[in-house]
Amino acid sequence: MTSLIDNQHPGRTGAIDDLPADPMVPRPYRISRTRQDTRDTFTLELEPVDGPLLRYRAGQFTMLDAFGVGEVPISISGDPTRPGPLEHTIRDVGVVTHALITAPTGAVLGVRGPFGTSWDVTAGEGKDVVFVAGGIGLAPLRPALMELIARRDRYNRVVLLYGARTPEDILFGDELRSWAKDHGVVVEVTVDNGQHAWRGRVGLVTQLVPRAGFDPRNTLALVCGPETMMRYVAAALTDRGVPEHRVRLSMERNMKCGVGLCGHCQLRELFVCVDGPVLPYSRLAPLLSTREL
Amino acid sequence: MADEARLIDLDGLQGLIDALSARGYTVIGPTVRDGAIVNAPVHGVDDLPRGWGDEQDAAHYRLRRRGDDAVFGFAAGAQSVKPVVFPAHELIWRGRRTGTEFTVNDRDADGPVAGPPPPYALLGVRSCDLHALAIHDTVLLGRGYTDTRYAERRAGSFVVAVTCTDPGGTCFCASMRTGPHPDGGFDLALTELMDDGPHRFLVEVGTPRGADVLADVATAPAPESDVVEAEAIAVEAASRMGRTLDTDGLKDVLYASADSPRWDDVASRCLACTNCTLVCPTCFCTSVEDVADLTGDVAERRRVWDSCFNEDFSYIHGGSIRTETRSRYRQWITHKLAAWVDQFGTSGCVGCGRCITWCPAAIDITAEAAALRWTPQPAAAGS
Ligand SMILES: Cc1cc2nc3c(=O)[nH]c(=O)nc-3n(C[C@H](O)[C@H](O)[C@H](O)COP(=O)(O)OP(=O)(O)OC[C@H]3O[C@@H](n4cnc5c(N)ncnc54)[C@H](O)[C@@H]3O)c2cc1C
Ligand code: SF4
Ligand code: SF4
Ligand code: FES
Repeated sequence: MTSLIDNQHPGRTGAIDDLPADPMVPRPYRISRTRQDTRDTFTLELEPVDGPLLRYRAGQFTMLDAFGVGEVPISISGDPTRPGPLEHTIRDVGVVTHALITAPTGAVLGVRGPFGTSWDVTAGEGKDVVFVAGGIGLAPLRPALMELIARRDRYNRVVLLYGARTPEDILFGDELRSWAKDHGVVVEVTVDNGQHAWRGRVGLVTQLVPRAGFDPRNTLALVCGPETMMRYVAAALTDRGVPEHRVRLSMERNMKCGVGLCGHCQLRELFVCVDGPVLPYSRLAPLLSTREL
Repeated sequence: MADEARLIDLDGLQGLIDALSARGYTVIGPTVRDGAIVNAPVHGVDDLPRGWGDEQDAAHYRLRRRGDDAVFGFAAGAQSVKPVVFPAHELIWRGRRTGTEFTVNDRDADGPVAGPPPPYALLGVRSCDLHALAIHDTVLLGRGYTDTRYAERRAGSFVVAVTCTDPGGTCFCASMRTGPHPDGGFDLALTELMDDGPHRFLVEVGTPRGADVLADVATAPAPESDVVEAEAIAVEAASRMGRTLDTDGLKDVLYASADSPRWDDVASRCLACTNCTLVCPTCFCTSVEDVADLTGDVAERRRVWDSCFNEDFSYIHGGSIRTETRSRYRQWITHKLAAWVDQFGTSGCVGCGRCITWCPAAIDITAEAAALRWTPQPAAAGS
């Protein structure tokens, strides 16, 4: 039995000199802008009160803290290739998210992170890349799209399949058009429910997969959305021949720490906060087939 | 280590407690409280459970008079040392708002201190609980991120281990190869010798600081016969454990049991009361609680023990992942006996038996694991 503890210092108690910073203590960030994207979704731009801008990789998340209310995991939605304020796109679904999106400009929030694994979109260089987003799931994918667009020539066919609830819920509308028009991204949008003046597709995002025209054997697929949607999409992709390890999903679990200490995010042997949130379907497939695992 | 072994008597044990106190340690050891063995600050041998033993079985715990003077003659108490080094409630930070500013202070001087002041000398730690401490060291310190408060408390702690000489009816550390004789991770280790000779303790030294403390205590060299007797006591104790757990291939058994009908059986008995996780020395799951004063100008965050048996443990917007008791029991036992091996390289169970003793429904982890091993699996669902 080996102990990681230094037993050689009798009675040593106070601060341990080489102790790393406490990962549970947030750093102060100030809201510089809150932009309303849709009826219930807002993008927050945050600047550090002290210290440098946060460096992060596409797919990572932070623990965002509305002081006195609570702290929740939110993916970073900004452009990792350009230094700028830290961006999070948040859907107003409950106590903490509501406090975050209604906090006034200039208010100080807490930020811990960035945590977790990245999309690693560069693994798709020389290949086709398929992004599949459901609802707010487009926000965590945006940094990977920005990263790809910055080096567009290195990738072959690039497709974004995006499902929203209604036409009013479509996120980043201007950008969707620019990605399609200026950056050679095939953008296909579908909605669950489109009574109004919607002339686009209606139906599940899974139905867009067969029409997307990618080369399955030479494709990287990045998927983010509700778990059920991701399961169907991953199955549709692998059915067409995309290898399981090249289908990546961003998993959502309850997270209280983000750093592998609180135990909440466990999915059998995985700590979704540190082993994920982005995980290859090859690891997830056996776990997602059991109910309530 | 046999050549370094020393002997102390009851006065020597008092001397050891005094030597630790003199060095500024709060000595935490077993005491009798509310009909159970409970760790608490001790000042002398008289505070220890002298003459007390225990009787343990599933959903059953009772102290009994031993009819001798043994001070460590009982098995695992209601709690391990987990609450000392990893308190159930702990302040992480306190913050103050002034206008739009918010300052966070993680070492607020006027923050409440949970329990008696550190550093701690942990007296009478069983081998199972030593292994549990080593597991917490891996979980909380040995990976990417560190629980800094645990690190401080743990590094400052002095450990006096003790060999279990009279294991309980729910013990199975021998199966888990975690006891009953402490094999490392201590500063000093005691084996209580209660033969026809004088009441005495064989002392093994684990660290230089252990030797340093022992130098302040009146000791005698241990004769070879006492070293042999201590070993024999541990071997004999190992043969008297009330339970066994077959760990052979257990990880695969549990992973393959995800859809076992056995979960419905155990769920019909389990109350999801969380007792098992609260008494388990290796359970480490926590939650956070935010507290703000009425003005909203002072906020603090506390870390609190949590349990995978709570429904909101797995809550995400839209509903909990594990709504049913069967899923939560499956999560608990699969984590302990299987996923833990993948995550940390050891079993998450050290065989202390507490979860069996303190389960009001008498659910027995060893019986459930055995049942899962022998329950036929439903045919694979195909997806
Ligand atoms: C890795 C990751 C990335 C995420 N990225 C985004 C994002 O970019 N944009 C976005 O809008 N949402 C994102 N979410 C979901 C977001 O964390 C939840 O919507 C949020 O926690 C809900 O909190 P609430 O207090 O507003 O809701 P309530 O329903 O009031 O929840 C109460 C509490 O339950 C817990 N909880 C509830 N839902 C979740 C959840 N889905 N995940 C984890 N804990 C939860 C939280 O502790 C929360 O405070 C992400 C979740 C994860 C795990
Ligand atoms: S699972 Fe039960 S027997 Fe194993 S260490 Fe935890 S409380 Fe002890
Ligand atoms: S197994 Fe027993 S102790 Fe654990 S939650 Fe169920 S009823 Fe409570
Ligand atoms: S969020 Fe705490 S362990 Fe993953």
